[in-house]
Amino acid sequence: MLETPAPSSTVQQAPKADAVIRLERIHKIYKMGDIEVHALHGASLSVYRGEFVAIMGPSGSGKSTMMNMIGCLDRPTKGHYFLENQDVSQYNKAQLADIRNQRVGFVFQSFNLVPRTSAIENVELPLVYAGVGSSERLKRAREALAIVGLSDRERSMPNQLSGGQQQRVAIARALVNRPSIILADEPTGALDTRTSIEVMGIFQRLNRERNLTIIIVTHEPDIAQYASRIVHFRDGRIRRDTPVENRRDAGEALKELPPLGADEDDDE
Amino acid sequence: MNFIAILKVAMRALGRNKMRSALTMLGIIIGVGAVIAMVSIGQGAQRMVQDQISSMGSNMLYVMPGNMMQGGASMGMGAASTLTDEDVQAIQREIPAVAHVSPVVRSSGQLVFGNQNWFVQIQGTNEQFPQIRSWKVQEGEFFTDADVQSAARVIVLGKTVAERLFPGMDPVGQTIRVRNLPFRVTGILEAKGQSMVGQDQDDTAVIPYTTVQRKLAGRTIPAINQAMVTGVSEAGSKLAEKQIADLLRQRHKIGPGESDDFMVRNMADVAATSAQLTTIMTLLLGSIAAISLIVGGIGIMNIMLVSVTERTREIGIRMAVGARPNYIRLQFLTESVLLSLMGGLIGIMIGGSISLGISGFLGWPTLVSGLSVFVSFAFATAIGVFFGYYPAHKAAALDPIEALRYE
Repeated sequence: MLETPAPSSTVQQAPKADAVIRLERIHKIYKMGDIEVHALHGASLSVYRGEFVAIMGPSGSGKSTMMNMIGCLDRPTKGHYFLENQDVSQYNKAQLADIRNQRVGFVFQSFNLVPRTSAIENVELPLVYAGVGSSERLKRAREALAIVGLSDRERSMPNQLSGGQQQRVAIARALVNRPSIILADEPTGALDTRTSIEVMGIFQRLNRERNLTIIIVTHEPDIAQYASRIVHFRDGRIRRDTPVENRRDAGEALKELPPLGADEDDDE
Repeated sequence: MNFIAILKVAMRALGRNKMRSALTMLGIIIGVGAVIAMVSIGQGAQRMVQDQISSMGSNMLYVMPGNMMQGGASMGMGAASTLTDEDVQAIQREIPAVAHVSPVVRSSGQLVFGNQNWFVQIQGTNEQFPQIRSWKVQEGEFFTDADVQSAARVIVLGKTVAERLFPGMDPVGQTIRVRNLPFRVTGILEAKGQSMVGQDQDDTAVIPYTTVQRKLAGRTIPAINQAMVTGVSEAGSKLAEKQIADLLRQRHKIGPGESDDFMVRNMADVAATSAQLTTIMTLLLGSIAAISLIVGGIGIMNIMLVSVTERTREIGIRMAVGARPNYIRLQFLTESVLLSLMGGLIGIMIGGSISLGISGFLGWPTLVSGLSVFVSFAFATAIGVFFGYYPAHKAAALDPIEALRYE
């Protein structure tokens, strides 16, 4: 696990080969009528393989714009974005769709599962767009559901699942195409404390056991403490970029919680 | 791309709102059904007209004597007795494009056999009548040239007449009385059915025209009412039309600038006019139906736009996990085409049943042609693509970030 005290990419030449994400002086300007909104002011950020980064900052700080940029949902107005050393900053919509499909796994605050579609089919979705055959799809989707511990719920519809279970399905979907990075936008925002810790536990496990690069956006300092590095945004710029000193472990945090005496997924 | 997956999603999306899908399809069902039914009625009428024209004899010309002025009063076409036996023979002799010619002298009279009697329009012709009218003799045979030369008292009966006079027996060889003169029945014409104006063509009797002139007429020998001519071919009859006119002008010594004292009418022209009429009718009916098909298409567009709006978030999710804009477009296009295709199929079945019903209950001839089925099916599909494209394009053009935020 690599820690990067300084975000400047020029300084970080040595481990550059392993930089999964390298954003160089990214600007993003939105035009809202006559007003120009400068959402990002030349932000630069590198993330290395196996890092677990938490992005924090008040609303309007540009962190969501940065997430959209990293997730290839949006293109920078100025600057370059290298994803695994590939400059994707000027890709067209179809190319960006392919990049999202192959390299990025998304987890959202509101889970964003396709309604009235079973858990397994939701997990299969990225594979459908990748053109994977149906038997291979099923096999890989089952593997992904097994990783998040939901093998027994593969035929359940999203509305039959608790919030925590839905978020685990979403994580399985993010995993299924074996992406380079997993992006989670407020993944615990809609969950209670216990379930939040459980979800963070899954992220920590994926990060540790599979060396997956994980980037989360969060408001909650507690949640950020499960990451290995915290990046603070303010006014479209990175203000602070620090390694986490006393990193929390989700497994231990769960043990410290008072026992509920009820189903651990009982969060609705 | 994985089309089976697209189809599965499309089916599920349509199945989710069964009522809505059914109502949307109804527009196409009515449209396609109407096109099929209307066009089949139109084409049936066209077929009927064509059958009737060919039943009169194709490549056929009528030559009629012209207008006669009597004390300044016009007596109308055909009133003059300017067409003679010699004219008819000259047409036969001198115009190679003519295949058959027969003079026609009309009469009428009471036919009596035993205690049966029947009043009938009698046509006096020569032995070429069956060829000219393409009208076969079903039993017995037609009278011969010798019968015409000798003004023999022979008669060929139409089917209706034969059935009236000889219920349940064979008329051939029997002797009947026509205006109290004995005539030998030589043959029965096969049934021909109604004419274009609804007249029973089988209610007729044919005898040598010489017999009409010499035996049935009174003191004056009646003139020839008209001549029936057939050309050797369709082109031949066109040529013959002109040549007959020239020949008759010459024979009747009509100078240049003077008007004809006869008239030549080509049945092909009549046929063309009727065919044109029924084609216009078919087009009219078809286009009214096509309008309802377009209205159905607008219904599809409307519902697809609603569907895109409802599923904005889903579109955002699909885009986020890697669906290309083209894939989204294809997804929605598949749904609209599926709607119009299913509507088209049901519409074809309903339209087919309607036209079968019409021909069954009302006795109208209808014709469900493979072409009209194919065309309306293709049209329905095209409507699905055309009216589905805009909503599908709208879906594909969504920004994934906006779409994911949509509530």
